[in-house]
Amino acid sequence: MSKGQTPSQTVGPFFAYGLTPEQYGYAFRSLAGADLRDPATAGREIVIKGQVFDGAGAVVTDAMIEIWQADPQGRYLQPGAQGNRGFTGFGRCGTGYDDENGFRFTTYKPGTVDERQAPHVTAIVFMRGLLSHLYTRIYFADEAEANGRDPILASVEPARRATLIAEPEEPGTYRFDIHMQGERETVFFDV
Amino acid sequence: MSFRPRDWSSHPLLIDAGYKSTGLRGATKPLVPLPQGLSELTGPVYGAEAVGPDDADLTRNGRRDGDPQGGPLGERIIVTGRVLDEDEKPQPGMLVEIWQANAAGRYIHKVDQHDAPVDPNFFGGGRCVTDAEGRYRFISIKPGAYPWGNHDNAWRPAHIHLSVFGPSIATRLVTQMYFPGDPLLPLDPIFQSTPAEAQDRLVAVFDIDATEAGFALGYRFDIVLRGRLETPWEATP
Ligand SMILES: [Fe+2]
Repeated sequence: MSKGQTPSQTVGPFFAYGLTPEQYGYAFRSLAGADLRDPATAGREIVIKGQVFDGAGAVVTDAMIEIWQADPQGRYLQPGAQGNRGFTGFGRCGTGYDDENGFRFTTYKPGTVDERQAPHVTAIVFMRGLLSHLYTRIYFADEAEANGRDPILASVEPARRATLIAEPEEPGTYRFDIHMQGERETVFFDV
Repeated sequence: MSFRPRDWSSHPLLIDAGYKSTGLRGATKPLVPLPQGLSELTGPVYGAEAVGPDDADLTRNGRRDGDPQGGPLGERIIVTGRVLDEDEKPQPGMLVEIWQANAAGRYIHKVDQHDAPVDPNFFGGGRCVTDAEGRYRFISIKPGAYPWGNHDNAWRPAHIHLSVFGPSIATRLVTQMYFPGDPLLPLDPIFQSTPAEAQDRLVAVFDIDATEAGFALGYRFDIVLRGRLETPWEATP
C-alpha cells in the first residue's frame, strides 16, 4: 500500500445537472435514473419511496440517493457485462424535485443473493452537508421470516433494526425514510 | 477478495464545526461494520458506450446550437490524471463524472442564486471513461470562486466536483479537485474538513507536460481508490 486514499468531499447542492440531469430537466443524458425497469426483465414491480430528514426533522431537498440491487432472480450485474442493456440494478434519484421532496424508485423486488441474506437493496446517500457518502440497506417488511435469519440485520442492535426495513404503504409501494440524526437515526454501515 | 476499509484518517469527519450544515446532516451514531459480500463487491458497469463524443469536452458540450465560433469564456484548461488504487494499480474502464461552475463562479443549476452571469456557451457537466492505463482527460475552463452562506464573507475556492465508482460500490467516491496556490484554500471549511496530512491529495498539480501549446493549461489530478485485500477476511457475510 503506497498511495493514500483520495479524501471524500460533499456532493454539494448543485450535483443535479451533472449526475441526475434528465430528472431535473437539463439537456444532458442521464446515465441512470429512478426507473430501473427493463422490458426484457420479468419480476414483481415495486416502488421504493421516501424522504430524507435532517436532525431538526426538516426534509432534505438536495440529497441524492443511489440504489444498487440484484435482479428478481438474485443476480447482480457482473463486471464485463454490457452496462447499459437489460436490468442494471443501479438507480439514482435526487430529492427536491417531486411534491414531497423525496426519492421514488420504480424497480423490481430483488431476489435473494445467497441462502443467508434476506432480499435487500443497497442505498448510498449523498447531500450538501455530508462530507462522506453513507451506505445503508433497504429490507422489506413482508419478508419477516428471511429478515429474521439475515446476519447483517442480526449484527445491528435490535432497537435500530426497524430503520432498515421498508414498510408497505400500498400494494407494491414501500416507504423507506432516511433519518440522518435523532432517535430514529438510520443505521449506516462501514462497508 | 475484498476491498481495504475506508481509511477514516484520510476522509473528513461527518460533523465538522467549521462546515455548518454538517451539524444537522452528518450521522452521529457509529457506523456499523458490514462484511463485504456480493452486494458490496459488485457495482454498476459503464464502459465507453456510456459516453458521448463531446462529453469530456466542456468547452464544446454546452455551446449554443449553430455557433461554431462560440465557446465559453474563461481560461481553457485540461484536467487529466489516473484512477488508481492504493497499490498504484491503474483502474481502466472507470466512469469519471464531473460538474463545475463557469468562469464567473456561477452554476447553471436552477437553485444557484449567485449574482454572476450564466455563460450561454457553458453547461458545466461532463464525463469520460478511463483508458487502458487508467487515465482520464477533460477539456474545460477554469471555474471561478463563488460566495456561499456558511459564514460571513465565505467563498468557495475554485473547484471541480468529481464522481467515480471504481470496481464496485465499495470503492464509490465523490470528491472535489482544487487548484494549486489558491489563497481561499486555508479559509474554506469544506477543504479544511479534510485531515491535514491528506489535504494535498485534493489539490491538482500544474503540469507543463499536460499543457497544450497555444491551447490550454494542463492540471494533473490522480484519484486513489481503496485497494484490494488478497486474503478476504470473510468471503460472504
Ligand atoms: Fe461546488
